[in-house]
Amino acid sequence: MKFTEEQIMRYSRHIILKEIGGKGQDKICKAKVFIMGAGGLGSPAALYLAAAGVGTIGIADDDVVDLSNLQRQVLHATSDVGKAKVFSAEDTLSAINPNVRLIAYKERVTSENVREIIRDYDIVLDGSDNFPTRYLINDACFFAKKTLISGSILRFDGQATVFKPHAGGPCYRCLYPEIPPAGFVPSCSEAGILGPVAGTIGVLQATEALKEVLGIGDQLIGRLSVFDALNSTFREVKIRKDPDCELCGDKASITHLVDYAQAPCAIRI
Amino acid sequence: MSDIKVDAVLDITNEVCPMTFVKTKLKLETLETGQHLEVILNDGEPLRNVPRSLKEEGHRIVGTKKDGTKFHLIVEKGM
Ligand SMILES: [Zn+2]
Repeated sequence: MKFTEEQIMRYSRHIILKEIGGKGQDKICKAKVFIMGAGGLGSPAALYLAAAGVGTIGIADDDVVDLSNLQRQVLHATSDVGKAKVFSAEDTLSAINPNVRLIAYKERVTSENVREIIRDYDIVLDGSDNFPTRYLINDACFFAKKTLISGSILRFDGQATVFKPHAGGPCYRCLYPEIPPAGFVPSCSEAGILGPVAGTIGVLQATEALKEVLGIGDQLIGRLSVFDALNSTFREVKIRKDPDCELCGDKASITHLVDYAQAPCAIRI
Repeated sequence: MSDIKVDAVLDITNEVCPMTFVKTKLKLETLETGQHLEVILNDGEPLRNVPRSLKEEGHRIVGTKKDGTKFHLIVEKGM
């Protein structure tokens, strides 16, 4: 724990907290978090994790910034349109906190590369916008025993939870056993999303990531936090570990990673 | 106050709230429970707030000495 004067000043509001202190901030500064996607969820999550001083942040996204992203993907500015999202993210995050080591993966995350990518991280934060990636990340985290901070948003609603099957909790497949058929989910007309809903859920994911790093509080394990922006409510849904889960159950049948087909018109969160 | 063995000394007279407490807290984290830190701080706001915050975190103030416009606080580290 050898903070510079600049770091003491920068992280003072964390250090003041009894549950964090210098030792907790040191854990944050040594933490390695991988963020899947630099979009609606990944943006606010990355901003707060970088500001918090997370030592290493990896971000994967193979997309470029589009004008239609800017309404909610707050990592990117108007001048970034056309630029790779991961490089735009790098610029924004390093401007906020030069202490953070950023690793950009400008590639599609697949069954071929996901193990290699997440291997060096403590925590995976899923901000992906499609089912094939969610299942892939879930399965890869299960096999690698990585804590997965999951979030999703649609229209005025969002939800977040923490999957930690290696510590007894459920996994994504316990909650959604079957991947919806590619033609079924979700239609282009369902791509509507109130911008700040992405912020609310992404920030909730960042909060859970820091709690995991610090080992404090009651994590969102086995609990799905569901946000309804129109009614301004959060409700909680219990998620149980499914003993028949194909991935983490007693008679699991999934033994390797699968690349599911992408829906022809996947909504871009 | 003179019979307490001090394990570390910290001058926070150049700091303002909340850095006064932040610096004190970081210094205390380098000590073991039961060890003593002498904190030199200014009268007024620091003297009102720093001891109170330290007590809230479970540390004990075991001595105070006025030194002109400054104060010397002896803090015993809690758990
Ligand atoms: Zn499962």
